[in-house]
Formats: sequence, structure tokens, C-alpha cells
Amino acid sequence: MMNLESIPLQAFLIVSSALFCIGIWGLLNSRNAVRVLMSIELMLNAVNINLMAFSSYVDNNLIQGQVFTIFVITVAAAEAAVGLAILLSLYRNRVTVDMESFNLLKW
Amino acid sequence: MSIAITTQFICFIILSLVILIGAIGVVLLESIVYSAFLLGGVFMSVAGLYLLLNASFVAAAQVLVYVGAVNVLIIFAIMLVNKKEDLKPINDIKSRRIISTSICLTLLSLLIRVDLTNVWNLSIPQNSIGEESTIRIGEHLFSDYLLPFEVASVLLLMAMIGAIVLARRDVMTKDISTGLPVDQELIEKSSEPLLTNKN
Repeated sequence: MMNLESIPLQAFLIVSSALFCIGIWGLLNSRNAVRVLMSIELMLNAVNINLMAFSSYVDNNLIQGQVFTIFVITVAAAEAAVGLAILLSLYRNRVTVDMESFNLLKW
Repeated sequence: MSIAITTQFICFIILSLVILIGAIGVVLLESIVYSAFLLGGVFMSVAGLYLLLNASFVAAAQVLVYVGAVNVLIIFAIMLVNKKEDLKPINDIKSRRIISTSICLTLLSLLIRVDLTNVWNLSIPQNSIGEESTIRIGEHLFSDYLLPFEVASVLLLMAMIGAIVLARRDVMTKDISTGLPVDQELIEKSSEPLLTNKN
């Protein structure tokens, strides 16, 4: 059936698009604040898959996409630490993790 | 990579299925603890995809940072805030679900259309750099990406200090900007035990 010499680039792109959309759905629909942070991690991973696929298929000599992936991983680790600290201090003040009850910025 | 193309295809399909089904499980499962462990599985499969793309260093970094640090941090946060509570019902939850799902599906179809119709300027031969990629990443980090590399270290330090300050327990008795005494209700609440009734 298929006699390609490698996996097509589009396959990686479709997987990362689907992962990104699942992340957005979880971000919009989950009521637990920890799950919102998990959805953000899913979206960051989708972006990383995209960067890695492009660096391997389009820019395979300089591989700048891999360097960018390293930086994205760094920022994601910092974001997870600060996000969970914010979540802990919110939980201490409100005694809940329901996203609907964090409405201080609602007009 | 020297493994046969059929093996690569089988690995790719299995890893993609694990990633997508795991991600759907992460956002849909009732129990948040199951979600956290599935998230670890998704991270491991993404590392497998990186290995298929000939990037062993980034795959190792993914396993170390995401599975070893971020996922463990999330599990600790779940342990600290895991209180069974009955969520208040929302009135228009159904229309919200419909709108958000349709937005996500539209975005997905747009992205897939772009992926399939755009003509990518592929370089031939693919994956030519192979196992030298680690050396090349090191060269990048210490020559043309030196400034972002140093800024990343400052960012990590700032995130560490910020996380410590935010998660600290003690509350100041005076507001810094106004000098007024702080609402003591907050301090009372903060002294409640974090691990409340395990039912």
C-alpha cells in the first residue's frame, strides 16, 4: 500500500493539532483548577511536537527547533511551579478549587 | 535512524493513539488522580515521538523535566488540595459545552486543512544529522542562543522565588500599600487543615 521512505510531516502536524484542540477543550470546560493546569501542559506539548517535527523535516541541519523546544520545556517547568503555588494560595483563601468560584475579576 | 520504515510506522501509530486517547482521558476522567497519571503516560509517549524524530537529547529532557518534575508537582498539588466537594450546578452548562466543542472542532478542522494543503519546503535527505544533534544543540546554546540561555536561568530563579513566596503560609498583619490591618478572616481560614475529611 504505502511505499514512502519516511513518516510524512503531515502526520506529526495532525497529531499535534488534535492534541492542541483537546487541550483547549479541557481548558474551557474543566472546573477543577488542577485540570486546567494539566490542559495547559497538553497544549505546550502539542507546540513542542510541532517544533520538533519542523526542525527534523524542514531544518535538519541547524535544528533550531530543538533548541526552541528546550526553552519551551524550561518555561513550562517555571509556569507549572508558579501556577501550582498560585493555586495553593487560592485554595487557602477560598477553600475550593472550583474555577467558577474564582470570580474576583468578573465585571 | 536505522530501524525499518514499517517499524517506524507502527511505533508512530501506537504512540499517536496513546497520546490522543490519553489526552482525552486527561480532560474527561472524573477522578483527577487518574488524569494526573494518564498525563504522565502522554508525556512519555511524546518523548517516544521525539525519539522517532532522531532527537534523543530532547526526549531525555522531556522525560526528566515533564515526567520527573512537572507531573510529580501536579500530583503533589492534587494531594494538597484534594477535597471532595459538591460543585454548584451552572445554569447554561449545556450551551457552554456546545459552544466550546464547536469552537474546538472548527479550530481542529482549520489546522488540519492548513497541515494538509500547505506545500512544505522539505529538505532532502531527512534526518541527516542523526545522533550529532546533541552536539549541535550545545553549539547553539553557547553561541547564537547564549542570551536566551542566560535569561532562562534568571527566569527559573524568579519562578523558584515566586513559588516560595506565593505558597508561604504566614500572612502579614498590615497591608503594605495602605497600612490598614488585614482582614483577619483570611488568616483564620489559612489556619484550617489542608487535608480535610478524607471521605
